[in-house]
Amino acid sequence: MSSLTIEICDPRSEKTLHTISQASPSTTILDVKRDYEKKAPKYYPDRQSFRLEPRGRSLKDEDSLATLGAKGPTMKLYLRPSVIYGELATKPMHRVVQIAAGCWTLHYAKRLLETVFVHRFSHATMPIFNIFKNSMYYWGFAAFVAYYVNHPLFTPPMYGDAQIYAGLVGFLFNELGNLSIHLALRNLRPPGTKERRIPKATANPFTWLFNFVSCPNYTYEFGAWTSFTIMTQCLPAALFTFAGVYQMSMWALGKHKNYRREFKDYPRGRKSILPFIL
Amino acid sequence: MPVKPDSSAKAKNPFITGYIVVYNAVLVAGWALMGVQAVLHLSRTKSIQGLYNAVEMSLLVFQTCAVMEVVHCAVGLVRSSVFLTGFQVASRVFVVWGIVYSVPESRNNIGFPLLLFAWSITEVIRYSFYALNELNLLPFIVKWLRYTLFIVLYPLGVTGELLCIWSSLPTVKAKKLYSLELPNQLNFSFSFYYYLFVVMLAYIPIFPQLYFHMFGQRKKTLAAVAEGATKKQR
Repeated sequence: MSSLTIEICDPRSEKTLHTISQASPSTTILDVKRDYEKKAPKYYPDRQSFRLEPRGRSLKDEDSLATLGAKGPTMKLYLRPSVIYGELATKPMHRVVQIAAGCWTLHYAKRLLETVFVHRFSHATMPIFNIFKNSMYYWGFAAFVAYYVNHPLFTPPMYGDAQIYAGLVGFLFNELGNLSIHLALRNLRPPGTKERRIPKATANPFTWLFNFVSCPNYTYEFGAWTSFTIMTQCLPAALFTFAGVYQMSMWALGKHKNYRREFKDYPRGRKSILPFIL
Repeated sequence: MPVKPDSSAKAKNPFITGYIVVYNAVLVAGWALMGVQAVLHLSRTKSIQGLYNAVEMSLLVFQTCAVMEVVHCAVGLVRSSVFLTGFQVASRVFVVWGIVYSVPESRNNIGFPLLLFAWSITEVIRYSFYALNELNLLPFIVKWLRYTLFIVLYPLGVTGELLCIWSSLPTVKAKKLYSLELPNQLNFSFSFYYYLFVVMLAYIPIFPQLYFHMFGQRKKTLAAVAEGATKKQR
């Protein structure tokens, strides 16, 4: 029986990483993985993925060299270690997954920039324990949502592109709204002061929501994350939205009460976060 | 000088009192019934086999009934924390429906009769306490039992619960019970099997806290009784 030589190569550089010289047509991919594991022990078989072409599909453990059509004395296999998702990681990524990553990034980048350039804070500091608590919340939920949205077995939304782009438009609209409110609130407070005034609608149509609620910034954020959930059709995203909206409602109710207590002429008919409702 | 009526004294609504007494009395009867059914089965068959079937109806009905106690707290009928009561009821309801009812294999280990024993005694005393207290007819012995037997019964009950959960694991794993795998339209997954491990681990920080809370309650209650007794003597 003729023996085959297997060359394991890096898909990007074409460099040979490892050679297996005594292979036969009945050698399977799993055998190859076990052999490679001896050379690089941290890559146990589940972390390895081989293809016949640099960008080809992942080969199954049970495939033997014969079924893969090994003819000549040498055969080239391309190796891709996959960290979180295992062998499935080579599946193509749906466009909505990248859009979702873009949206998530946009939201938090906007937040960081607003913190530096827009907001005028009443207090210069916050309790140190909040850093731990808030970080756990944001990083925890980010990991939770991201795991499922970026998963190789992610299922795109039921209504396809219509749902995805409707969600995206909704998200961007609400982010713009939220930004408009932040700018309007900043302009309400003279720089370097802690003055509080009744927020009112300005020329920017996004601020007309002030006619209905005390905290339209929270209303817009509710809208943004709801749009994100629609766009990804992902239950963890819905849970994240629910948690955020619950907390923001508590804050909105508090702020609304404070406004009404502080300003005798505060507009009646305004709700705290949801027009006509809450 | 005309006497002004004491507006701070709350008139005890007889309907509320009646409801509270009846509710708690019914639960005393229910848990006593369950206890008797268990004892009869065990003395007749000398075996755990079939024990669940003997107590199933009363266990399911009277443990699930406890959900009403969360409602009582929420509407202010009973002065207790909705959160704490909700948590305790949820934990019991989870063991009954999520484990014992859902996984027949969890009924055949020593943990099951252990749990029934601890729960039935505890609940008969606890509900008697509430009913009698509402009528201002609470004898010291009932109060003493409620705040003393827990020292043994609470750990026994918890042991029974953990044994039942542990024995349900192989079946849950094999049948993928209450679990959701990818891919699906919700883009979510849940493993009831791994969740059960989390639940079991949660007992480690939570049980000591609740146990020592009960000790604190015991100290407070029995000290108040002692003070009342010495006051009388004077």
